[in-house]
Amino acid sequence: MNKHLGAQSVWFENVVSVNAAASVVGPKEGQGPLGKYFDIVCEDNLFGADSWEKAESEFARRGLDLAVKKSGLPMDNMDYIISGDLLNQSTGSTFGVIDTKRPFFGIFGACSTIGEGMALGSVLIDGGFAYNVLAGAGSHFCAAEKQFRFPLELGSQRPPSSTWTVTGHGAVVLSNLGEGPFVTGATTGKIVDMGVKDQNNMGAVMAPAAADTIASHLRDFNRAPDYYDLILTGDLGYVGRDLLYTLMKDEGYDISRNHKDCGIEIFDRESQDTHSGGSGCACAASVFSAYFWRKLKEKSLNKVLFVPTGALLSPTSFMQGENIPAIAHAVALETSR
Amino acid sequence: MNQQALAEERYKELVNAVTPDSKTGENCLRAFLCGGAICVLGQFINNCFTSAGFGKDPAASYTAVILVLLSVVLTAAGLYAKIGKFAGAGSVVPITGFANAVAAPAVEFKKEGLVMGVGARMFIVAGPVIVFGTLASMIMGLIYWFTRMR
Amino acid sequence: MYIKAFIVGGLICVIGQLLIDKTKFTPARILVLFVVAGCVLGALGLYAPLAEFAGAGATVPLPGFGYALYKGAAEEIDRSGFLGVLTGGLKAASAGIAAAVCGSFLAALCFNPKEKE
Repeated sequence: MNKHLGAQSVWFENVVSVNAAASVVGPKEGQGPLGKYFDIVCEDNLFGADSWEKAESEFARRGLDLAVKKSGLPMDNMDYIISGDLLNQSTGSTFGVIDTKRPFFGIFGACSTIGEGMALGSVLIDGGFAYNVLAGAGSHFCAAEKQFRFPLELGSQRPPSSTWTVTGHGAVVLSNLGEGPFVTGATTGKIVDMGVKDQNNMGAVMAPAAADTIASHLRDFNRAPDYYDLILTGDLGYVGRDLLYTLMKDEGYDISRNHKDCGIEIFDRESQDTHSGGSGCACAASVFSAYFWRKLKEKSLNKVLFVPTGALLSPTSFMQGENIPAIAHAVALETSR
Repeated sequence: MNQQALAEERYKELVNAVTPDSKTGENCLRAFLCGGAICVLGQFINNCFTSAGFGKDPAASYTAVILVLLSVVLTAAGLYAKIGKFAGAGSVVPITGFANAVAAPAVEFKKEGLVMGVGARMFIVAGPVIVFGTLASMIMGLIYWFTRMR
Repeated sequence: MYIKAFIVGGLICVIGQLLIDKTKFTPARILVLFVVAGCVLGALGLYAPLAEFAGAGATVPLPGFGYALYKGAAEEIDRSGFLGVLTGGLKAASAGIAAAVCGSFLAALCFNPKEKE
């Protein structure tokens, strides 16, 4: 039976259950409104390592380990690990995964990585190619600033539209057995380029991709936005959220009543001075793992469309004057099938 | 105009309407106060050297050296970034900003080693200042040399 | 003199702030622009009076660095002819650059990168 649906979606015939989720974050995230929900809040951003990059790997290692532990299975039962991050060539994941000795797919979807990983993992399980898949994504504020912007000690101001890269990691264990929440469908995003070049306004970069994917998802599944209790975007921030609502209205949908954004939820922008909100692979991954997965597990939320968004730039593409394209992947999570 | 360009144009207007502006007035005031204060400090150091009997040019050079070293120390201690967040251009434009731009990558990239890290990356921000400053002084010097010939 | 230095130095920084906020120039571009501007204004004979008037208010901001580069070149040309075109500028700036290189290297040896709050 063909499980492809509409223009860019799939539905899952077999059980794909999100059996465990784990989050490890830095101190700033721990001080935020969701602080008490994270599994591990480390005391400093180096996390015992001697560089930001090594710390990013340590976050990945601890996050992946903990998710597996919480699932009650040994690491050897993970048929695949799918993980990504923001560092060049995804070395944050490479060195974080190396000790697991499990088959590994390294992926890059910028801040949308966790959505990409969950969609691919679900496809593997529904297709019968795996029993258990471990999917994760992480990022590190200091390593991201060093790679994409300026050295941390450089005295510069961040404009109000800028976002703050989340330091941390989030991981989920997907299984062909379990009590849910279940992944019931996924919509793979297209790369969307609306000509935005402003590196300090990622919300504006990613909002069109989020709108495109959400609208495609609703069309492919022939659903209205209120089918979901919650449409949860990754890291659009305040600026991106406002743009998303406008763009969705143009598509004929009003999602303002049942929408939240992980980037807005993770920080308190007044007291934490994070401007437009949180961003980075770890933003959607850790917020989903810490908070919204739990809400699904408790069944205080029953249908969630999780839409992590990513800005697909490199320092080189940016310096060569390329636009910043974006992508968003949607994963439908439901407590009953 | 094709449809994509039209959509991009429309989106650009939408983005501009939604994106909050920097608080330019407040930023300018802070830049003024901080930049001015750094210059006053420079003037004070300069006066110290001139009253100690140094000539005009050596006094100016020593002033620059002391401001540079002060900025390097503040950068290494992680304080210059805090000043910069408050002062904006007020701490970028004075020569202390140049020193900050040299010291910040030097410290940040030490994990990549002394040669390819500190040595090679030290000028990733401030290098262009020296490149274009040298070029400009040579072009202007060349013009000066020509005018003197006649 | 202190008041003049404060006002002129402050105003030069305000120009920089306006460029940052209104044009989205990165700090590196601002620095380049200011150094080149100081150099050109020096050559046009406009910066010397400003430096005379405002003292450190004109020499401490980066246009002053550009002005020093030009002044060094011009003085060296007067002294040793064409060779001054090549040597004068960097010679004038050498104290500041050497201090920055030396200080930064020592800082890198002694300090580790710090996280931002």
